[in-house]
Amino acid sequence: MPLNFTAARPDPALLDLPWRLPLEDWPQERLAALPRGISRHVVRFVKLSGRVLAVKEIKGDLALGEYNMLRLLNRLDQPAVEPSAVVDGRLTKSGEPLDACLITRHLQFSLPYRALFSQSLRADTAARLIDALAVLLVRLHLAGFWWGDVSLSNTLFRRDAGAFAAYLVDAETGRLYQKLSDGQREHDLDIARVNIAGELMDLEAGELLPVGTDPVETANQIMTRYADLWKALTGLERFDTGDRWRVDERIRTLNELGFDIDELAITTDFDGTTIAIQPKVVDAGHHSRRLLRLTGLDVEENQARRLLNDLDAFRAAADRQNDDEEIVAHDWLSRIYEPITRSVPRQMAAKLEPAELFHEVLEHRWYLAERAQHDIPIEDAIADYVASVLPSKPDERSVLGVDTVELPVIAGPDVS
Amino acid sequence: MRGTALYNGSSGTFLPVKEGNDAMATVRFDNATRLYPGNDKPSVDRLNIDVADGEFLVLVGPSGCGKSTSLRMLAGLEEVNAGKIWIGDRDVTNLSPKDRDVAMVFQNYALYPHMTVADNMGFALKIAGVDKGEIRKRVEEAAKILDLAPYLERKPKALSGGQRQRVAMGRAIVRSPQVFLMDEPLSNLDAKLRVQTRTQIASLQRRLGVTTVYVTHDQIEAMTMGDRVALLKDGVLMQCDTPRSMYDHPNNVFVAGFIGSPAMNLLDVEQVDGGVAVGGNKVPVERAILSGSSGKQVTLGVRPEDLDVVAEGDGIPVEIDVVEELGADAYIYGTAKAATHTEADEDSTEKPFIARVDGRRPPEKGSTIYLAPKAGHLHLFDSASGQRLGG
Ligand SMILES: Nc1ncnc2c1ncn2[C@@H]1O[C@H](COP(=O)(O)OP(=O)(O)OP(=O)(O)O)[C@@H](O)[C@H]1O
Ligand SMILES: Nc1ncnc2c1ncn2[C@@H]1O[C@H](COP(=O)(O)OP(=O)(O)OP(=O)(O)O)[C@@H](O)[C@H]1O
Ligand SMILES: [Mg+2]
Ligand SMILES: [Mg+2]
Repeated sequence: MPLNFTAARPDPALLDLPWRLPLEDWPQERLAALPRGISRHVVRFVKLSGRVLAVKEIKGDLALGEYNMLRLLNRLDQPAVEPSAVVDGRLTKSGEPLDACLITRHLQFSLPYRALFSQSLRADTAARLIDALAVLLVRLHLAGFWWGDVSLSNTLFRRDAGAFAAYLVDAETGRLYQKLSDGQREHDLDIARVNIAGELMDLEAGELLPVGTDPVETANQIMTRYADLWKALTGLERFDTGDRWRVDERIRTLNELGFDIDELAITTDFDGTTIAIQPKVVDAGHHSRRLLRLTGLDVEENQARRLLNDLDAFRAAADRQNDDEEIVAHDWLSRIYEPITRSVPRQMAAKLEPAELFHEVLEHRWYLAERAQHDIPIEDAIADYVASVLPSKPDERSVLGVDTVELPVIAGPDVS
Repeated sequence: MRGTALYNGSSGTFLPVKEGNDAMATVRFDNATRLYPGNDKPSVDRLNIDVADGEFLVLVGPSGCGKSTSLRMLAGLEEVNAGKIWIGDRDVTNLSPKDRDVAMVFQNYALYPHMTVADNMGFALKIAGVDKGEIRKRVEEAAKILDLAPYLERKPKALSGGQRQRVAMGRAIVRSPQVFLMDEPLSNLDAKLRVQTRTQIASLQRRLGVTTVYVTHDQIEAMTMGDRVALLKDGVLMQCDTPRSMYDHPNNVFVAGFIGSPAMNLLDVEQVDGGVAVGGNKVPVERAILSGSSGKQVTLGVRPEDLDVVAEGDGIPVEIDVVEELGADAYIYGTAKAATHTEADEDSTEKPFIARVDGRRPPEKGSTIYLAPKAGHLHLFDSASGQRLGG
């Protein structure tokens, strides 16, 4: 049987990969040693046409199902890895059938949670990861996606202005409906809580969890973070007709949380004394969309918030409140953002994404200013940052050499 | 969502610690119905099933038939719009998951590499706040049952694939609930391990005697594992019976076609005096059976292994396309010349047909053979309603 490729935009170079070998036996020189989460299937990263792809060996029907589900999620603009192909019909040289492969693009600057915990850490890292996962889960649930296997291992994290942004990486068990029932959401949360607790206990057993972090308590935070966000985004609010400012207030609260309201249901009771409002369609990315529109920069939500704040400060400092916002944004981009992010020496460029670097420089400036007790120009801050902080940071575009785990479950004789 | 219900999952993490399970853990779906908001048809429609204490019941059916919804209703994770759910003599319809004493076994499980086998098995109890001594006791008991006792202090890396799979089962066992709920736990295992684990789960369940409701879309899994099998289609229960009865006495055409592999041959045929006409020949059928049919046309069903080769002029004429020889048996894949009523309707008279015949004298490809249903192995269904005719 010939190899069978399913792909939207197939890269001919895919044909050159050693499909007749089990993924486990692929030659080292093909592979990129990037960290992975815990998984039962064999997963490898390969370098191809100047980028990195993740290859997962998995049964054909599941591979195709996951490929299609990831495509749907991408189309719905959900944070998930991008599928690129399914390769089926594989045979070894001696004609034995091999499982299919699902190929996704490696998410640049993403970190599996285990890699994060093997770096020196802030004590609240686990809590920040859970915050990010709660946001991801709320977003997926709003889109009608039931995950079925929520866990830290099935999530990738990207730095986001001191916080994290979470991406779905494993959609194997997922299902998409028009709207999830409460029971379906509850089920996912239950799975999340147990998986996260297990994963944190495992880190604890490996002495990777900062002392003082309680796995169970930390895992339980997913419940409250999720419930709070869900309520803020979807809850019904009732108030007197006179308090109409609360409509604006609700919109502002959601914007601050990073969401836009695309549709708001407003109903009055029959005698018109009270109003009830409930967001019907909300869309993540309030700040990142605004920044994209103003500057063309495509960054994570908190990074966008940070950059927009700096843009506002720039505008105030230059006394240009009355100028066209787009023009000021353009000036900020060419005079501040680009010079700063480009002043990183090439050999250190793989350490942080530009937007994250910019955020770090702003933090660093604040720190320098506080120590000096006066304002510091951003040019001085970046120079000091590149000299004293950046060199010790790991390369995160493609982190190397951290503990990776795979525990395949296959039939075979018992070990004794 | 019910206030605090969020904190109280069905994962067995809040299970009360108890000595043994003395209560009768029967399960009853009593006209249980679930209509999702926005849908115009219930996804589970007046489901009635009684599961006996200690029984292994398999819910099976094609994708979207309502298996997972039924299971979640039992777990307390899906609203029940009408009808009731009972566990033992308790009406649990409005109870939160934690108050039901059921354990949902995850479809996916991960083994944690830094944790010992014992910790991998007991971690859900730790989340539930069960005390260390009790966890240890339950883990050791489970390890004994699963032949994992010598490995409790090892890391999962040191285990074989099959042993790892058993550790995952151990996780469920230590929770010792009244009812186990399993939703496609084998779906992502490779073929070999799937068969191996299937047998293990079934025998383990019998040893433990814990009432189990198991969901799968795979009829072979259902038939090999279940004490009884409940087949759903579009939210409606088609039949709930022992595997034997499902196989020998399908209540309707859907059950007949779904259960069994290769599938039962189903042909639309016309009644004639004393039987039905197939390709110019007559297959005899008792008058009493046919008298129940609503029209002249009926659906004849016969399993591939329930056929005898007979002389020309008798039985169902089948033109052979492929012969698959398997030693003692041979399977023939061919085309049956079924109904004869309208010559113009040529397409509908030719139906794919599979038969198992004697492997020592396989017929030739391209030839036509005549196959008669073995006595007592002919199934007849009303073509309009799909319901079984006769006993
Ligand atoms: N596109 C990608 N970009 C970055 N990392 C990836 C990508 N795809 C997979 N990975 C890494 O590989 C790991 C395993 O992938 P995945 O979760 O899909 O495997 P799995 O065997 O299906 O897992 P499970 O056992 O949960 O079913 C992930 O945790 C992640 O770290
Ligand atoms: N939240 C929802 N809103 C509307 N319809 C839903 C929702 N969840 C499930 N359904 C529908 O209910 C029906 C039963 O779904 P269910 O998941 O129970 O089926 P299943 O038999 O378990 O299928 P599968 O084997 O694919 O998991 C399907 O038609 C499905 O589309
Ligand atoms: Mg995974
Ligand atoms: Mg299902």
